[in-house]
Amino acid sequence: MSGAGKPRGRNRLERNDRLVRLALLVVAFSAVSVLLVITVFIVGQGTPIMFKYGLKSFLTGSSWYPSEKLFGLWPMIVGSLFVTAGALVIGVPFGLSCAIVLTEFSSKKVRRLIKPVIELLAGIPSVVYGFMGVVILVPFIRQTFGGPGLSVLAAAIILGVMILPTIISISVDALQAVPPSYREGSIALGATRWQTVKMVLFPAARSGIIASVILGMGRAVGETMATIMVAGNAAEVPGSLLAPVRTLTSNVALEMSYATGEHREALFATGVVLFVIIMVLNTIANATSARRRKQS
Amino acid sequence: MTRRNLALVGLAFVAALLAGCRGDRSQTDLTLAGSTSIQPFADKWAEVFMQAHPDLGVNVQGGGSSSGIQACKSGACQIGMSSRELKGDEKDLVEIVVARDGLAIIVHPSNPVRGAKVAEIKQIFAGDLRNWSLLGGADKPITVVTREEGSGTRGAFQELVMGKTRIFRGAITEDSNGTVREIIAHDPAAIGFISLGLVNEQVRALDLDGAAATDENIENGRYKLVRPFLFVSRGEPAGLAKEFVDFVLSAEGQALVKKEGLLPVR
Repeated sequence: MSGAGKPRGRNRLERNDRLVRLALLVVAFSAVSVLLVITVFIVGQGTPIMFKYGLKSFLTGSSWYPSEKLFGLWPMIVGSLFVTAGALVIGVPFGLSCAIVLTEFSSKKVRRLIKPVIELLAGIPSVVYGFMGVVILVPFIRQTFGGPGLSVLAAAIILGVMILPTIISISVDALQAVPPSYREGSIALGATRWQTVKMVLFPAARSGIIASVILGMGRAVGETMATIMVAGNAAEVPGSLLAPVRTLTSNVALEMSYATGEHREALFATGVVLFVIIMVLNTIANATSARRRKQS
Repeated sequence: MTRRNLALVGLAFVAALLAGCRGDRSQTDLTLAGSTSIQPFADKWAEVFMQAHPDLGVNVQGGGSSSGIQACKSGACQIGMSSRELKGDEKDLVEIVVARDGLAIIVHPSNPVRGAKVAEIKQIFAGDLRNWSLLGGADKPITVVTREEGSGTRGAFQELVMGKTRIFRGAITEDSNGTVREIIAHDPAAIGFISLGLVNEQVRALDLDGAAATDENIENGRYKLVRPFLFVSRGEPAGLAKEFVDFVLSAEGQALVKKEGLLPVR
């Protein structure tokens, strides 16, 4: 240390620099590696049993009785699709209307009031949505329409509200990204405000809006807590909107606490199916937003 | 100076990580194996027991009553756990009842149906009997609530009521005694089952085959939906096994039983 000349000092600084860079690199990649570890783990735990009992019986079997070695995921796959579709039917019209109002038909003042409120909606924990569903929505459905109340309808409504913030904020961004000249040009040609929205802004922002819907869909597919609380979780393809339903996520969360052996593996296999569905949705969302970037 | 601090922080971090990984006990002094219904309770007992004896490792494994009894016979474990009575050549093992698991069939307090036959309960949960009017109640479809696969309470219900018949697919499924009770407390047309120890004033337990779900009727055998939780061993438990059994039967061990909704034996 005592005889540290100029060149040695510089060497040390360079070495430090390299070390810091390396350390940062390791930290950064550890974040990515978490995803890798999860993927490898779920696939490693979940796929052997799928092939043992046959992929077809796993995906299309309609009996889920793990204690009798019957692992049919079909009711849960259909359940997830039903509930998600229901959530979109409710969430998309409300979300898009809200986005249009915010970007086109409201003053700055109103926007400044509503935007934060919607962002707040995204911050409410899902268990709170679920609780509201159980306390208010489920009894309402039971008394008004009959049935047990815990149903496809209840889950769809709760999830529809939960995906609103996603749909609204991304659609607003997409609509605001449309160059002002489009809007001005359309108005100058004599189009009304609504005609401008319908014929100019919507087509121009289309891919952004589609991406918002797909991300909302991803949220609805992945939501667990609120769904378990209001859906009733019967492992059967629901016969009506008022029948109980079980989603893929609920299936895992519901049964994992006491599952052992092949039952546990079957839950991992459920995770694999879910993983594939989410991956496909995210890839589509990325592809559409990439196309949007290329267009603009 | 600051660099040394950084190094210290880094070291502390690594140490914390290593400490976190140490949870796996490599050392096993006592092994229990058997009924998956008893397993969660045995896990709790083992946890509390090991807090009092930090130098000992108690290992609890599942596998089912029969395989637990076999493991005990062969000496693979010191204590076997069984949630059914011993039969045939299993009877040469020493059995100790550590708790009892009772089941109540519960309905909404406003439900006019006071009791049913066990056979009728079975039909309801098989999905063959679907209206309360068939049991002398209002003309309303029955909402059937069950527990998830793997749950010990469902296992007990399957064993005591359903036998080989399946619970039908359309039954609402919840993952705790508490949630089942909550749903039935709010739905006048619902029926479900929970651990006997968890029945409260929000719901009403049905009389079964003419016997009310009371401690007295369980004692004299008239209320049938109850099963023993047994520890079995080759000969009287000795050493650490005896210490563990004594702990389970102690006031502290039995308090744990009661808290989890089982019926204590002491």
